[in-house]
Amino acid sequence: MTSQQDIPLFEEVVKGYKTLSASGADSESSDVRRARQLAFDQFRVLGFPSIRNEDWKYTNITRFLKDEFALDGLLLGDKAVVKAPAGLLKKATIPGLDCYQVVLVNGVWDGKVNGGELPKGISLYPVAEALKNPGVSGVFENGKWGNQPFANLNTALFTNGLYIEAAAGAVMEKPLHVVHLYTGDRNLLVQPRHVWVAGRNAELSVIESVLSSTGETKIWVNSLTEIIANVDAKLDHVVIQTASAGVRLVQHTTVRQKKQSLYNNYTFTLPGAELVRNDLQARLEEDHTETHLYGLYLAAGGQLIDNHTLVDHQKPHCYSNELYKGVLLEQSTGVFNGKVYVHKDAQKTNAFQQNNNLVISKKATIDSKPELEIFADDVKCSHGSTVGQFSEDALFYLRARGLGEETAKALLINAFAFDVTQKIKNKAVETYVNDLISYHIPSSTQA
Amino acid sequence: MLIIKNLHAEVEGKQILKGLNLTVNAGEVHAIMGPNGAGKSSLASVLAGKENYEVTEGEVIFEGKNLLEMSPEVRAREGVFLAFQYPIEIPGVSNINFLKTALSEIRAYKNLPPLDAKGFLQLSKEKQKLVEFDAKLVNRSLNEGFSGGEKKRNEIFQLAMLEPSLSILDETDSGLDIDALRIVSKGVNKLRSEKNAFIIITHYQRLLEYIVPDFVHVLYNGRIVKSGTKELALELEEKGYDWLKEQEPSESAATV
Repeated sequence: MTSQQDIPLFEEVVKGYKTLSASGADSESSDVRRARQLAFDQFRVLGFPSIRNEDWKYTNITRFLKDEFALDGLLLGDKAVVKAPAGLLKKATIPGLDCYQVVLVNGVWDGKVNGGELPKGISLYPVAEALKNPGVSGVFENGKWGNQPFANLNTALFTNGLYIEAAAGAVMEKPLHVVHLYTGDRNLLVQPRHVWVAGRNAELSVIESVLSSTGETKIWVNSLTEIIANVDAKLDHVVIQTASAGVRLVQHTTVRQKKQSLYNNYTFTLPGAELVRNDLQARLEEDHTETHLYGLYLAAGGQLIDNHTLVDHQKPHCYSNELYKGVLLEQSTGVFNGKVYVHKDAQKTNAFQQNNNLVISKKATIDSKPELEIFADDVKCSHGSTVGQFSEDALFYLRARGLGEETAKALLINAFAFDVTQKIKNKAVETYVNDLISYHIPSSTQA
Repeated sequence: MLIIKNLHAEVEGKQILKGLNLTVNAGEVHAIMGPNGAGKSSLASVLAGKENYEVTEGEVIFEGKNLLEMSPEVRAREGVFLAFQYPIEIPGVSNINFLKTALSEIRAYKNLPPLDAKGFLQLSKEKQKLVEFDAKLVNRSLNEGFSGGEKKRNEIFQLAMLEPSLSILDETDSGLDIDALRIVSKGVNKLRSEKNAFIIITHYQRLLEYIVPDFVHVLYNGRIVKSGTKELALELEEKGYDWLKEQEPSESAATV
């Protein structure tokens, strides 16, 4: 284990937790405080992960932990909403998308909803408020994050975020676009906590965009989202990560699926943030659920993009399907770890997983690790992993029709990504993501 | 239009073309026949600029310019078109978008403004009709799941769209049934003009019944060993290639 004493941030969070316990959390229930304490004790034992930790074997974060970070939010005694940097919001807007839009700056929502009044049954609260509300604060009482350092750290110290509730039967006729903007005039650790609850038979469609202002300062985002899909609920969840260099993004999403619920996730990570670590965990807690996880990562520069997914089949008759594709440019590194765990009780499980990678540059690296643990005996499970380069024949074919080498390569990358982008249900979002991909390709295809 | 002089080429250290001479003028159709392994497809690949072929000697002049110095895309923009023996399937690239990109790159090279959406659509419809190409296939992914015949017809459709001055058809007849062969040939015949030229590489005389060549050449062991008119193709059909294998390389090939 890395000596935690050498990590300035470790000292900072220990100090911060003391401050928080002493003063900040007066308004919280004793159960929430107990969860914080449990999580903090866990974190203290675990510390920041090193490559000796199996879950971080291919993702060495040591170099990112050398900087000093101040704790954002309550600990700075600054509860005021930071203004969104000019231009950044415009960049986040998806052209042609009819949606409701909310903007969070460093995890704090100003309470405004663009795009009209939310439909009946859909409620949004800042987490700081939800915590004070005994009716909903129960969802923040989960402190059991086991050996996951960042989830524990978030639980111990989160101060704000977005709480979304869709009452039983509530339906949104257009999606909710949640824009996460990160900015700071000094190095910050920002730890938003989001909870979304979809009631029985409710339908939620959420698009998250993650962006940051460019500058000298470094921002470590350690965000945690808990999603509860109740019986027969349907959730569509798109994540578009385009944060700039200087950002270290650790984003944990846990989905708890009840009977016959459906959850679709589409995660797109584009060049920018130096470090992106996504932990996406689908916990299939009841039978007959359906889960689709689609991901596309396009890594450039010295970027490190790590997608850890877990599909936890606890009960019988659940279906899960996963497709992640990666394009690695320049000196970038990609990590894909896809774990499928089928419990003894989870008979008649259908679980499929596929990870394909296109390594464009000689200096790029990909570590792909499918991980299947199956304890039931009547299941259908499959997985596949590929790593490849451009097909020389395809390139020649395109060039022989007059396409320049760069154009031909861009076309092939788009075609490779198309498998994933075509799964997006909303056309405007699909076009936006395809454009983002195209934007990043032409200059970066030189090996 | 095209002058090939003493062309030597090798692939992976193996000598394939061993002093090939050929001259093609505008308005002409040349058929190149020959047994397996003679170098027919290699000639097509060398002319199109496939990178694993290395030219060790000789020259290729296309419309007064040194073709061998050009990248594959520049050759295409200058007006060389290779109809592939095995067209590549590229899932995710739409046939029509690909053609639009290709056409606009070629037009840009010639300092022509890009066609607007309407103009492009019009051109595409016109050419589809000309070569009897199924409109349903136009919007599909490039060659993905196409039958052998559909792939070959797509090559001819692309040829019609890009309007090259020199078209090289590499065994376009292989894998075609008689109906597809007729459609492909009809398309080529409609595209023939005084300004363009065709090199048709084939094993069989059958295709030449539909596309009547001005000249027929026999390629054997990396050289053209005999040249003649369309009657030569019939003679080959009758006698096979063995009687030619003892012949000296044809000197007349360079001067037709």
